[in-house]
Amino acid sequence: MDIERQLKVQDLNARYVETIDEGRFEEWPDLFTDDGHYRVTTAENAEEGLPLSLIHATSRAMLRDRVRALREANIYEAQRYRHILGPARIEPAMDGSLRARTSFMVARIMHTGETALFATGLYLDRIALEGEASRFVEKTVILDSRQIDTLLAIPL
Amino acid sequence: MNIHERSWPAEGLTRIPYWIYSDRDLYAEEQERIFRGETWTFLCLEAELPRPNTFRTANLGDMPVVVTRDKDGAIHAFENRCAHRGSLLCLKERGEAREIVCVYHNWTYDLTGRLTGVAFRRGVGGKGGMPADARPDQHGPRQLRVEIFAGLVFGTASASVAPVERYLGPEIAAKVRRVMKAPAKLLGGYSQMLPGNWKLYMENVKDSYHASLLHMFFTTFRLNRLSQKGGLLISDDGAHHVSYSMTADIAGKEYERAGMRTAQAGYSLEAPELLDNVDEYGDGIGLQILSVFPGFVLQQIRNSLAVRRVVPQGLDRTELVWTCFGYADDDEKITELRLRQANLIGPSGFISMEDGAATGFVQRGIRGAGDEQSVVEMGGSGTSSEESRVSEAAVRGFWKTYRRHMGM
Repeated sequence: MDIERQLKVQDLNARYVETIDEGRFEEWPDLFTDDGHYRVTTAENAEEGLPLSLIHATSRAMLRDRVRALREANIYEAQRYRHILGPARIEPAMDGSLRARTSFMVARIMHTGETALFATGLYLDRIALEGEASRFVEKTVILDSRQIDTLLAIPL
Repeated sequence: MNIHERSWPAEGLTRIPYWIYSDRDLYAEEQERIFRGETWTFLCLEAELPRPNTFRTANLGDMPVVVTRDKDGAIHAFENRCAHRGSLLCLKERGEAREIVCVYHNWTYDLTGRLTGVAFRRGVGGKGGMPADARPDQHGPRQLRVEIFAGLVFGTASASVAPVERYLGPEIAAKVRRVMKAPAKLLGGYSQMLPGNWKLYMENVKDSYHASLLHMFFTTFRLNRLSQKGGLLISDDGAHHVSYSMTADIAGKEYERAGMRTAQAGYSLEAPELLDNVDEYGDGIGLQILSVFPGFVLQQIRNSLAVRRVVPQGLDRTELVWTCFGYADDDEKITELRLRQANLIGPSGFISMEDGAATGFVQRGIRGAGDEQSVVEMGGSGTSSEESRVSEAAVRGFWKTYRRHMGM
């Protein structure tokens, strides 16, 4: 695997967490392809082969709907995330895209000042390399724990 | 102050005293009088014990419980506590086993919860061991009475509480059967730790008044507007409830007239397939939320089906355990519909993410207000079924039953 590809994945990951952590949610769907999939599930469900997700989107349009709901409909206390990612391990997929596995930890910072470890897990990604603009074709977030504190509003 | 020196406000069920959510002694007493008292607790779906020799753990209030299906297929439930030193017997959430062995000292139980072996009972080489007249099995884990109703496994510590169907009453039992109309197929689960007392969550579930006001997603997409035809069923004793609404809107403009935030925003979905929906019951009911006292919720939101267990984890912490399911004969298309509609529910649900937080808002809001009380007068002061969901009748029903159990 050449270094250039490794750097492209690293760059996409960096842009992904920056977009979320800086609260630029409207730009988040642009990091996916038009028919990109985004799922959040638990390790328990994944290990047992159960298909349920906490969030299940099968298009960029669905991601944009989620962002609009977060902005306009849903009620949640002001909060921010800080993502810390491990190194991505990548391998080529059959169709020319890449598969990447990346560990993450997310701290949640509430408006009250409370900072706590909110989630840990694994990103299982398929990434399309389209010249300069690499995008997620598929991003599956596998949460290590089955338990969410209060709510999961902002995407992981 | 001792709880027995507290008294319920003179106004009756239209006032809820705030000390009820913050009194430590009360928490312990609720465990005994309610969760280990004359009530049924939902433990798991029968489908979660798919084969003989399977088990899963659950709770009766904060008492840990093991639920098993034995080698002959019969379902049992017993306290998850070793007869010897009180250690948890089952450490795993679920699994397969022919016997249960306590990890601490290797005492062994069969899947009915009967003690079958004590390690080194006769000692080693004629030395040590237990006296010949010791009766360790007399300290065994408490056996629960178990009943399976429409694919739901219920347990109780009470020998005298009425069978589940009579406990529910005919109207609620019929609505349970409506959703549990065929064998269930597990789709998965997760849990949510809520920052509030368990009663706040049960009130939230029974509060049909808040649904379209707190959950603006609901309102905007006409999933549940109070102008939709529907109603509120409450069991005679007030303990259990069903809130339901038809999928069709009777086209009221009440929300627009009242100037609700998103009703005016012209908010529409780019991917409306989120709300695609099949009428599986042939009755036009798009939403049915059902609660059973003290801590069970059965949900049908369009084609999204789930059971929720409310597990108290302390005075101001409550775990809400969600298990989503479909039916054993579901095809791929309906399964996909259920999985997509799962976006509506759970900790990230478009229409349910606010509920957990709302219990925390109350718990935080009342810290200095133990002697104050909330006002629950929507729909008057009664606890009976009615057509309007602009009502807190089911919340009052909860307190009617609660007070009866607690002797308040």
